[in-house]
Amino acid sequence: MKINLKTVGAFLLMGAISFPVYADLEEVNVYSARKEQLIKPLLTDFTKITGIKVNLITSKADALLKRLESEGINSPADILITTDAGRLHRAKEAGVLQVSLTDKMKERVPEHLRDADGYWVGLTTRSRMIVYAKDRVKPSELSTYEALTDSKWKKRICIRSSNNIYNQSLVASMIAHKGKEATEEWVEGLVENMARKPKGGDRDQIKAVAAGQCDIAVVNTYYLGQMLNSNDPKQVKAAQQVAVFWPNQSDRGAHINVSGIAVTKAAKNKKNAVKLIEYLLSNDAQTWYAKTNNEYPVIAGAPWSDTLKNWGTFHSDALNLTQLGNLNSEAIRIMDRAGWR
Amino acid sequence: MTKRINRWSILTTLIALLLTVPLWVLVSFVFEPTNDNWAHLSDTLLPEYIINSLWLMLGVTIGTLLLGIPTAWLISQYHFWGRSILHWALLLPMAMPAYIIAYTYTGLLEFEGPVQSALRTVFETHTVNLWFPEIRSLGGAIVMFSLVLYPYVYLLARTSFANQSQSVMHASRTLGAGPYKTFFKVALPIARPAIIAGLTLALMETLADFGTVQHFGVPTFTTGIYRTWTGFGDTTTTAQLSILLLVFVTVLMAIEFWSRKKAQYFTGHNQPLNKTLPTLTGHQNLLAFFVCLLPILFGFVVPALQLLDWSINVASTQLNSEFFALVWNSFSLAFITALITITIALLLLYVKRAQQHAFIDNTVRVAGLGYAIPGVVIAVAVMIPFAWLDNTVDSWARTHLDISTGLLLSGTLFALVFAYCFRFLSVALQSVGSGLSQIKPSMDESAKTLGANNWTLLKRIHIPLLSSSLITAFILVFVEVLKELPTTLILRPFNFNTLSVRAYEMAADERLADAGLPALLIVITGLIPVIILSKLIGKRHA
Repeated sequence: MKINLKTVGAFLLMGAISFPVYADLEEVNVYSARKEQLIKPLLTDFTKITGIKVNLITSKADALLKRLESEGINSPADILITTDAGRLHRAKEAGVLQVSLTDKMKERVPEHLRDADGYWVGLTTRSRMIVYAKDRVKPSELSTYEALTDSKWKKRICIRSSNNIYNQSLVASMIAHKGKEATEEWVEGLVENMARKPKGGDRDQIKAVAAGQCDIAVVNTYYLGQMLNSNDPKQVKAAQQVAVFWPNQSDRGAHINVSGIAVTKAAKNKKNAVKLIEYLLSNDAQTWYAKTNNEYPVIAGAPWSDTLKNWGTFHSDALNLTQLGNLNSEAIRIMDRAGWR
Repeated sequence: MTKRINRWSILTTLIALLLTVPLWVLVSFVFEPTNDNWAHLSDTLLPEYIINSLWLMLGVTIGTLLLGIPTAWLISQYHFWGRSILHWALLLPMAMPAYIIAYTYTGLLEFEGPVQSALRTVFETHTVNLWFPEIRSLGGAIVMFSLVLYPYVYLLARTSFANQSQSVMHASRTLGAGPYKTFFKVALPIARPAIIAGLTLALMETLADFGTVQHFGVPTFTTGIYRTWTGFGDTTTTAQLSILLLVFVTVLMAIEFWSRKKAQYFTGHNQPLNKTLPTLTGHQNLLAFFVCLLPILFGFVVPALQLLDWSINVASTQLNSEFFALVWNSFSLAFITALITITIALLLLYVKRAQQHAFIDNTVRVAGLGYAIPGVVIAVAVMIPFAWLDNTVDSWARTHLDISTGLLLSGTLFALVFAYCFRFLSVALQSVGSGLSQIKPSMDESAKTLGANNWTLLKRIHIPLLSSSLITAFILVFVEVLKELPTTLILRPFNFNTLSVRAYEMAADERLADAGLPALLIVITGLIPVIILSKLIGKRHA
């Protein structure tokens, strides 16, 4: 059991010296909460155009944030991508981001879809809308999120678990607009009207409406878009049995969230990181998201997919998305108390 | 002699201490003041979480024992139709990640699925009134976990039954006990440590699961842990809840340990094993065949066919060289981790056995707690000390050598394999340990009297006698790593992808059809060692 300390020391030193120094290469390192299939094709294109190599880790947003925090100044990551504004805000508060938005970016992206201090910018938007069974519900019966608590919807609404960040954000937006007390009453009313205990994902809610287990559901736009464009005829059929309703059109507008991007504080390739953000805000990349995943571009003028065109334009909630991050914990507490599982 | 013993004990303690650093990181949070998230949780959801977890544990206990023990007994004691295939095919469900089987059965049995649609067509009704059990429920979750976790009980019980000296059985039969009495009064009590070991693994995995219970809308204690972390961003309460879960598991294990009291479970190996198993005939033959076929059918064949159905349309576009890289990454990670974990387990158990010291016993027990901690929590508990070490070395090097060492271990495969070792050491400890417990201590003593030192004892006597338990441990850890998700997702290096990550990313995006192919490949990659190694065990006991 002799351990030669010199050998161990030499080994460690060798490791230290041979460790690649990230800044010497033309590359950019990305921590992404967007799934690989929804970011890699664009990164590959970016490399083709600029010659900058992109290294990618996809994971859950909270894990990436924790990783950034614990790695500190030595973190290899240059870029953080998340699928909701709340997490970007949390990262900003944790001090792991830096100001990176250029004037050009600010010009292209509307104010409510980016951080006021210039730490992060939205890449795409999605709305949490209402879908209804075409054969059982008339669109005139629907109006706002608030009206979903009306007793006529008793046992007729499907919505997924409160573990889901998009539901948390929806409730957070309600707190921002209506205050805590009104929101708690609203959540209680919504739970009353649920047709079943929350289970499955957004697609499952749409399928349940199609199958007649419930009459309306609250889901993200792109899930319905994916189902309509699916290879699976059953999914297409289910999706065709429902129609889109944009809530709150006469007041604040339908709730939206963004997927977004930021440069990390530890970034050693900031120049390349900014180039990557600029690329992702280009017409080509924005159109790719619209066509591939039916998400809405954040820049005006990027062409939409046919599916998005069919749903038409809608008035969206211009609430500053930073609020969603601030109110997230409060939203969860309200949902817990009201019994939204 | 005393000096020798101490040196080994120190080495073991050191290894256990290093490996359990993530655990100590979690424990360190216990001393931080609790915040109001605790009050919120206990006022609202905690009671429901705990009740659901307890029901789940009870159900999975019954389910895995009912599926695992009869099959293990039949396979190890009798010849019957299809036995040579069934004896390894019974392990197949193990390769099926629990959340994947949950997705497949949801697809098959939900209201819009093929089964209910067919029923509606048959009964010519379009209404919702037709009653059908809801798969996404507590009961459904129990069935899912039982189907994929019974192989732990089966594998460990089978090894134990097969290793039991035939002379004990013969003695029982000669004394007038029928086969049932022999089973309940002799074989089952002797196999108890192995069965409990298998059950412990199944329950720990059930408790640590998030994906399945989340999909089925059955919030458990682990749901609470996840929610506290992702919802409130509260690492302290998350760590405190995880420790609470561990205390619960430890208490359970302690109760089981005490209930065994000082009972010793050793049987002789010196009698030659009876080479010819009795052959079943007639309806007994058929019954044995179906008892062993059912778990395979529902735990493997049905979900695998559903996966195949999903992947068949996309296979041509997805199956490229990148996919083979995924298979290779998954396979090599699983292989290396299995080897390292088993080596550590062997060392710890061996020293524990040689020392017979309460402190070492407890050290080993603590080292085996990782399996009950949810993967996400382990990943974070590994991330924190590694990043701290890297940053400390870096700032030292900056001050004294004027160079930056950056992150040496964080974000490398080393950190990932380390996390696996901590998480899955328990799997290796349980299976190797239950094998070791069947070797008489008198063998050690005789060998030592004959002048053998500890190494010789290990090499010449224990390893050959333990080989089937070692193979079992290898299969278990290999398959565990293959299907492991959260730790891989959180700790992996840049540009490193595995099959389970791919399957998860598709499933999380609700693209089940695209998740089918990687999920199917996890199962197929897991099959290779299961088949090869089972044949090895089979040869030994044929």
